[in-house]
Amino acid sequence: MNDNTASKPVTRRTLAWVLLELLGSMNLAITLLVVVAVASVIGTVLQQNQPYPDYVLKFGPFWFEVFRRLGLYDVYGAGWFIGILAFLILSTSVCIYRQAPLLWRDMTRFRTGVQLRSLHGFHQQAEWHLAGCEPEKVRAELTGLLAARGYRWRLRTGDDHQVLAAMKGRYSRLGYLFTHVAVVVIGIGGLLDGNLWLKLKEWRGELRIETRDLPAGRIPPESRLAPGAVPAFRGNVMLPEGSAANFVFLRMRDGFLLQELPFAIELKDFQVAYYDTGQPKSFISQVLIHDQEQLGEQPLEATIRVNHPLVYRGYAIYQSDFGDGGSRLELRAWPLNSGHLEPSEARGAVGETLRVGGSTGGAMALELDDFRLFNLMPEPDAQPGERKFRNFGPSVGFKLRDAAGSAREYLNYMAPVQLEGRWFYISGMRDRPGAPFIYLHIPADPANSPQRFLRFNARLRDSAGLRALLEPPAVAVEDEFRRDLNRVRLNLVELFARGGFTAVTEQAKAVVPPERLKEATTLYMNILRDALAEVFVAVLREEGVNVEQAIGEREDAFFNDAVGAIAALPAYGSPFYLQMTGFQQVEASGLQVTRSSGSTVVYGGFLLLVIGVFIMFYTSQRRLWAWLAIEPTGIRMLLAGTGNRRQAEFAREFNELAAALARRLGPPEPEPVAPDAVHSSTRIGKRQ
Amino acid sequence: MAVTREAMLEQADQPSASLRLTAQEIVWAVLVVAGSLYAGLFYSASMDGYEMVILAGSALALIAWGRYWSPVRPLSVVVTVLVLLALWRYGDDYGLRQRDFWLKYFLESQAAFMWMSTLYVLATVTYFVALFSRSVFIGKTATALTWSATVMGLTGLLVRWRESYLLGADIGHIPVSNLYEVFILFALITALLYLFYEDRHRTRAMGGFALLAISGAVAFLLWYTFDRQAHHIQPLIPALQSYWMKIHVPANFIGYGAFALAAMLGVAYLLRQRAEARHPDGLLATVLPSLVLLDDVMYKAIALGFAAFTIATILGALWAAEAWGGYWSWDPKETWALIVWLNYAAWLHLRLSKGLRGAPMAWWAVIGLFVTLFAFLGVNMFLSGLHSYGTL
Repeated sequence: MNDNTASKPVTRRTLAWVLLELLGSMNLAITLLVVVAVASVIGTVLQQNQPYPDYVLKFGPFWFEVFRRLGLYDVYGAGWFIGILAFLILSTSVCIYRQAPLLWRDMTRFRTGVQLRSLHGFHQQAEWHLAGCEPEKVRAELTGLLAARGYRWRLRTGDDHQVLAAMKGRYSRLGYLFTHVAVVVIGIGGLLDGNLWLKLKEWRGELRIETRDLPAGRIPPESRLAPGAVPAFRGNVMLPEGSAANFVFLRMRDGFLLQELPFAIELKDFQVAYYDTGQPKSFISQVLIHDQEQLGEQPLEATIRVNHPLVYRGYAIYQSDFGDGGSRLELRAWPLNSGHLEPSEARGAVGETLRVGGSTGGAMALELDDFRLFNLMPEPDAQPGERKFRNFGPSVGFKLRDAAGSAREYLNYMAPVQLEGRWFYISGMRDRPGAPFIYLHIPADPANSPQRFLRFNARLRDSAGLRALLEPPAVAVEDEFRRDLNRVRLNLVELFARGGFTAVTEQAKAVVPPERLKEATTLYMNILRDALAEVFVAVLREEGVNVEQAIGEREDAFFNDAVGAIAALPAYGSPFYLQMTGFQQVEASGLQVTRSSGSTVVYGGFLLLVIGVFIMFYTSQRRLWAWLAIEPTGIRMLLAGTGNRRQAEFAREFNELAAALARRLGPPEPEPVAPDAVHSSTRIGKRQ
Repeated sequence: MAVTREAMLEQADQPSASLRLTAQEIVWAVLVVAGSLYAGLFYSASMDGYEMVILAGSALALIAWGRYWSPVRPLSVVVTVLVLLALWRYGDDYGLRQRDFWLKYFLESQAAFMWMSTLYVLATVTYFVALFSRSVFIGKTATALTWSATVMGLTGLLVRWRESYLLGADIGHIPVSNLYEVFILFALITALLYLFYEDRHRTRAMGGFALLAISGAVAFLLWYTFDRQAHHIQPLIPALQSYWMKIHVPANFIGYGAFALAAMLGVAYLLRQRAEARHPDGLLATVLPSLVLLDDVMYKAIALGFAAFTIATILGALWAAEAWGGYWSWDPKETWALIVWLNYAAWLHLRLSKGLRGAPMAWWAVIGLFVTLFAFLGVNMFLSGLHSYGTL
């Protein structure tokens, strides 16, 4: 930043001077640039502004606390980071303060007081010995050429010499000024638009971050901001169709604040348009702005889309998110662990919690979390590398929470899905947030319903029915071997129904010596399979299927899929299968409302920066001097020059000028070779 | 007509006028204006007001560019002819790309990109052969190959633009919307920047190094095409449906291209310096471009890249103010753009104010490429954020 250093003579070294020197120094500036760059990396590596429990889970309580104190969850809002930025701005300002007078001098002064000695040190020079020539004539030739090239000049007349000092492109010096002022302007504007104001209010105790999950109406006044309380904010609000809000939530660390708006936004309608491929094409909110003060009774109608925000009274309203606004769902719960298949019907809206009977008799909470009309997902049957998508249709997401408060999360699709040529009802389960879903595949019967599977499953849990089927009393009397086998069959089926294949192998381990375990397990599995098949055939018979003729590959596959699904039920963990039978969708649109009073300042800075950068790189200030020594024999003229950037271009211009002068005044004297005057880019320039 | 010697010398004494137009330049300007008007009228239904302004601005920029660097003119003419040929062969049937001979083997975007890839790789090898054999003829061949590759790449990109509309009127968009497309843009811009410096400095010695960066991009493209099937034209997600994309992305890639070029020249600089220290008369020390030249072009590339990157980042901020609710959100991509900017700002401060040159600056330029590469690729691969399109 001490571009073209021309240090002032040092007279006093007060503390202020030393500070100023340090703040304006190039080394500090470069260090700060690098420090800001490195500090910025942190926030990109560590995901910012996540819910605090996620961080605790990730780092453990100790490191969570350390990182929290360092402000790493919101690096760019952390005091130390803003401090570094402020320091960079301060350092740049000091630099400008110190350089501006030098710049001004550089732009306005022609430097007629140059010494002949320094002219000899320049990279570009040529010398003439002109016998019997008047200085006026030489000057006239020279100024004619200079004027044609856009130079302006001043003349100084000494005792035995005249100096013609010329320059052009002095505004090139503004490049430095513009870029550095721009950095300061952008920095200040950015700080104004940051959360500095909120921090200040919080620090003064006027604000308290609300961490409880409260509805907007019950948020206490110390967590509310009146319209215009801060000049800049960025808040969000989720509006269900048909509802309105005159506030947004500002997320702060592990809680939020409520920012009131001077108007209300009503969501009339929210739509998602799709491409033929099923990917979303646009998100459109139709809104009404209610503003008694400015609009009276007549609301303002507007459409908000991604990339097309609505700007109203200095507030910009953006389409930023969407979700469910309380869709009404019709649900049917099929018991999975009872021999009696009696479904219970329920109705509920997304966001509501229903009470249901749990597996052990205790009540469970069924929290309806989400409804989705479309579920576009990568095609599961696609070839590797193929980019195909399939719509899996409507889904309901819910949580089952037991009395102790622990919950499992489920995602059930309404319609059966075809996989590898077979149809399944799919239900995903996970027992901790963020984990991938594990899917239960319930085979759909020929009527496209889950009922055959459910009946089969219920049948396996109906002890009386099972006994009647697998242990007919007639056999029990006659044949002892038969009777034992039947008892084993019954036991195995009951074991399987309770604990899947694992329970069966556990049982084998418990009763069979290890050396015969493998053999016994195989035997158990075969017996189990036969017994299950017998139950399945009974289920088919009940359905009215002519089992003697109709059992084919399809039923085989169904049987295998059903057994697989039943084996997975213990891990599935829900006492029922929740089938969505109908819905009425209510969408919600996530709107972001922002106010950034500093943006005009920042945009001004942007403009200044671009202009400055181009002036800096693509213009140059050029100076030429002609030293005319008036000697008895004539005139000895030294032409020398320098450019502050683009030396190659300047060298070319200088050579052209010298050649033009040579045509008028005769050839110059051979150039003296000054060893220190050979400059890199000058050499290139001359070669061209 | 008698032209006196004095008159000619008098003219020679005038500085090379920058505002006077030659007949060729007038023809050039007229052609560009006519072509842009035609395009503007013909496709007016698909453009909004901002896009019309961008079209007009591009026409002016193309005229200025063609004046500043004349090879742009034949390049534009040849590409235009090829694109028109492709459009004519296509008509309104996207399916023709599999059936029409010219399209299938030459002009269809995928075919054109394959030509481009092949030619760039050939050019890289040829530049190095020319460097070590010191053959002017082979050098010229390498230049011709690079130009041909650029013609094919540019043609492919423009044809792809049309193809996206053939797929569906609502799918159509400028092909700078995903990682696959911008990699082609990157190769083209880097090649054009290099060709410019080759022409201005009258040396082909830097060619192999510059083209090595492009070959790297080509290798990635081929992997991306054949392993990931990324070449299919995809409809635009809502966030990208904006006229800003047309200016933000290309400006960014002038920056990336220039930084990549500077880094490759940095490599050449370090090689040459090492060679000079160890075997001053060895082959490497004599055939590689001179340190002075490398240093100079490296600075020019970084300066140009910095200017373009500044504009691109500002355009990105303005776009973000329209799409994401604020001109700056500290999104990983934004933050990394700032890091790249700060990095080269520091480089330029050292060079311009402290006058630092030589190996440390060359090393810094090389390391700068890795920072840039992370901003350009790494962020998409490893970090999540608003810029989540263009994932691998």
